[in-house]
Amino acid sequence: MSVAEAMPARSYNLSKDELGADILEVAMGPHHPSTHGVFRMDLKLDGETVVDLKPIFGYLHRNHEKLAEDIPYLGSMPFTDRLDYLCGMTNNWAFALSAEQLIEIEVPERAEYIRVICAELTRLVNHCLLVGFFINDLGALGTPLLYALREREKILDLFETLSGARMMVNYMRFGGVRCDLPDGWLQECERIVDQFPAFLDEYETLLNENEIVITRSQNVGVLTPEEATNFSITGPMLRASGVNYDIRKVDKYGIYDRFDFKVPIGAHGDCYDRFMLRMLEMRESVKILKQAMADIPEGPIMGNEPRVFKPDPQETYGRIESPKGELGFYLIADGTTNPYRYKVRPPSFVNLTALRHMCIGQKVADAVIILGSIDIVLGEVDR
Amino acid sequence: MSLIAKGILQGMAITAKNFIQSYYKKERLPTVQYPEEKSTVNQFTRNIPFLVYDGEDAIDGMRCTACKLCEKACPPQCIYIIKDTDENGKPIKRPEVFDIDSSVCMSCQLCVEVCPFESIRMDSEFELSNENRFEGLLINRDELLKSNEYYHEIHPIEAQDTDDRIAAKIAEAEAKKKAREEKARLAAEAKKADAVMKNAKVAAVTEALAAKAPAAEQIQESEAKTGVIKPEAAALGTTEKSATKAPPPEPVSKDDQASTPQTKESKAPGEDSEPKIF
Amino acid sequence: MNNFIDYKLIELGQWAVGLFNDYPVVQILVHLLLATLPLALAFMAAFGFSTWLERKGLARIQNRPGPNRVGIFGLLQPLADGIKMLLKEDIVPDRSDKLFHLLAPVMLMVPAFIAIGFLPLGDGLMSLPLDSAILFFFAVGSLNTIAVFMAGWSSRNKYSLLGGMRAVAQMISYEIPLVLSAVTVIMIAGSLSAQEIVASQQIESWLASGNLVKEFFGQILGWHIFKPWGFAGFIFFFVAALAEANRSPFDLPEADSEIIAGHLTEYSGFKYAIFFMAEYISAFAISGIAVTLFLGGWSGPVIAGLPWFIIKIFSLFAVMIWIRGTLPRLRVDQLMGYAWKFLLPLAILNIFVAGFYYFSEQQFGGLTTFIGGWIIGFAILQTAAKGLSRLNKSPTINGKRVYQLVE
Repeated sequence: MSVAEAMPARSYNLSKDELGADILEVAMGPHHPSTHGVFRMDLKLDGETVVDLKPIFGYLHRNHEKLAEDIPYLGSMPFTDRLDYLCGMTNNWAFALSAEQLIEIEVPERAEYIRVICAELTRLVNHCLLVGFFINDLGALGTPLLYALREREKILDLFETLSGARMMVNYMRFGGVRCDLPDGWLQECERIVDQFPAFLDEYETLLNENEIVITRSQNVGVLTPEEATNFSITGPMLRASGVNYDIRKVDKYGIYDRFDFKVPIGAHGDCYDRFMLRMLEMRESVKILKQAMADIPEGPIMGNEPRVFKPDPQETYGRIESPKGELGFYLIADGTTNPYRYKVRPPSFVNLTALRHMCIGQKVADAVIILGSIDIVLGEVDR
Repeated sequence: MSLIAKGILQGMAITAKNFIQSYYKKERLPTVQYPEEKSTVNQFTRNIPFLVYDGEDAIDGMRCTACKLCEKACPPQCIYIIKDTDENGKPIKRPEVFDIDSSVCMSCQLCVEVCPFESIRMDSEFELSNENRFEGLLINRDELLKSNEYYHEIHPIEAQDTDDRIAAKIAEAEAKKKAREEKARLAAEAKKADAVMKNAKVAAVTEALAAKAPAAEQIQESEAKTGVIKPEAAALGTTEKSATKAPPPEPVSKDDQASTPQTKESKAPGEDSEPKIF
Repeated sequence: MNNFIDYKLIELGQWAVGLFNDYPVVQILVHLLLATLPLALAFMAAFGFSTWLERKGLARIQNRPGPNRVGIFGLLQPLADGIKMLLKEDIVPDRSDKLFHLLAPVMLMVPAFIAIGFLPLGDGLMSLPLDSAILFFFAVGSLNTIAVFMAGWSSRNKYSLLGGMRAVAQMISYEIPLVLSAVTVIMIAGSLSAQEIVASQQIESWLASGNLVKEFFGQILGWHIFKPWGFAGFIFFFVAALAEANRSPFDLPEADSEIIAGHLTEYSGFKYAIFFMAEYISAFAISGIAVTLFLGGWSGPVIAGLPWFIIKIFSLFAVMIWIRGTLPRLRVDQLMGYAWKFLLPLAILNIFVAGFYYFSEQQFGGLTTFIGGWIIGFAILQTAAKGLSRLNKSPTINGKRVYQLVE
């Protein structure tokens, strides 16, 4: 069955319609205040209704995968920060996980706990930003966005104290983490995590029962569970459509099986569900953080890494649940210090393939909101 | 919606709360007016690298030995090093040229991790803007060299750790040196004692041989021919030797010499005594 | 000593005109100038001040300081903005319709300035004291629509065209609830003249009594907003006024995040400044009429007259800024559905409620009507509102939702 047959026939006949009016072609171009990066959408409009949509990206392509073939494994760790530049820690962890599958190395307990703490903080950071930008796309002129960014700044300061940089952290290493938690970091982290639910409550009061948000985003961009699975969607978008698939629960990588947390599932698969799901996931992340910070043991932070990282010829695929979906690294090692093939499976890129399907039949304003709810970052889409 | 939209009014209440609280709560107005006030730079921040030197003079005190490990480790390849040579052309352990292109550097800190001499570290200076894109942003060795006191100012904990590590390394090197010296001294003493013992032994043997002239002459002849001490002479030697009380290592070495006569000359005196120092 | 500022101003005007008693022609000219020029200049200064107010207000809502570099507290910021706008290059697109491209800002500005002439600023202080001032105000206010459409059409730009179309649809739709909510006031007050409407909101009997307390409350309690039909009417009028002035949450024509700037995309420099000035001044004009119709005009407790009017206009403007900082935008079809299917029936119902209130006041007296009228009137309007929203609800929107959490 070809792709055209697999997708339901929602496209209109692309010529003059019954009244003889023309179809308007608009390019919401790379320079646009609300396309979340350099991304272009060629829209064909019939009045206000979207008739066809063609996404065009590649404006941020930086040759990441080819570069990695010329530098040793550890040297591409800083480049993975720049993939999904808002979530540096989880990108690092995914790469470290894949590389640790190439050699036999055991990660010590304390390092695993630190990794979980950093990953959940990154989830908070990313969802804060997404929720703020979603409301900004709806037109609220930036007020909720600035509240969310204010909270995010506190967590970024934590990252700066830990690893030296706010976003490009370069913190995980094969077999552990780069350096230990400084004195007082855990107390500061606890303080910030304790006052985070208050911010979430304030945000929900501002927005959840807001009639305008409800009217604008419910039943907009609906994706049924079958369609979502067929498009290979992962992450909060998949769970909003009703499919229970969270890699933290399925693969149980790291030490996630020791924590008690639930996975929120949506029922309708529209933009409102995706937005609300991220708010609920933030609450679950706070729960995980509290448990991890209470249980963290003392000990070494780095396993026994070999002096030169030269794995035997083999291939491996490692994946984690990044805040946007399933982030995977496929590595082929050939016995030298550089990988033979290094491929990234970016969640934003794969989730973006559903954009056309969701937008056809909706209005122009909805196309912008749907794009916002998919949560793309162009660094990941283009690599 | 009803006549009074409840959700909208709730939202407006939150905004009003933020408006009023921004006047007296610091948390609700986190802006820092930049050129006049600067927010304190974290002591763990990293921006571009710099080279550390100890003491007063930058060129003499610099820790870098131009081993080029950081150049190899740098992912975007922004470091360029040329080793220094003295007047005769012999290479010395110092870089003559150490250029970092700060427009390429991505602050990843891998150069710091691989440096074995604790000499390259990350600076937190971020006000680096320049009007010249290529020459202005290429930083050369003399601009990169900054003192250890500066390092302590910007990164106190890290600098302290580095100093501790360096001190530990120096202490270890000193300990090894002392151990070697101690070993050499004991070896020299052992050698001296051996020499004394040897003389005494030769004297005793000649006496014994004088008493038992023909046997001793035979043995001496055979000794002179083959250099092998026969067991009787050795037994004679030991009884004589035990009479002359020697310090503790020597009876051991004597026994050693008695039990393994062939290897007496082959063993160096120091090695003999070494495994047996208590 | 209520309206002494107004009396002083009138005396000043009369003295100035009296200077030219010997030259009747010049006298007429001076009279005309004194009636119009101070008003125009004052409103332009108010426009400058209001841009400062808006930026500071929005900034504080968003937890940041706002402009504070130019002058103390950034008060000279409007001056800096004005100079910048004047010095900018005026780019006119090559294929655009040049005549209409030039005329559009002018056509937006002129009705705005005419409209502020109809506001009763104080006791006897009115620029155009017509007997049918309110009618003229609405007539002149409708010219905004044509100007916005001219701007969108003449730019020959797809974004501007989209913006222009949306703007026309929105402004025409919201004219009707605007006028209908004003009709209730006109009906009760019995006149279209602004002065008479303000006078109808002052309880004459209480003012004439010598009691200070009664005088105090007599200036306030008569306002139409304290009656159920006036309260509902004020809400409808205010919402429709936001839509007429193209302000959030109805700023779809200038939606920043979707179609860049809508009908204003191709305007730069001074023409852009004129557009903004015209929009803000028409926002002031509409809030002025809202104050006149529902909030008692220039009547107030201690210092009556011009200062109260200014305070009231600026408070309404502050509420507009507050709403802008909080609410997201409505989509265009939802916006028009709101106007036609919700506000319009309610506005018509409001007229009937006003009528019943008036007759019951004549039948039963003041206090009973007040209590009973509030209960019954509010109940009718609230039920109607709920019923209409249920009727209008598209079958797919669900409201509050509950999510399940699984392991």
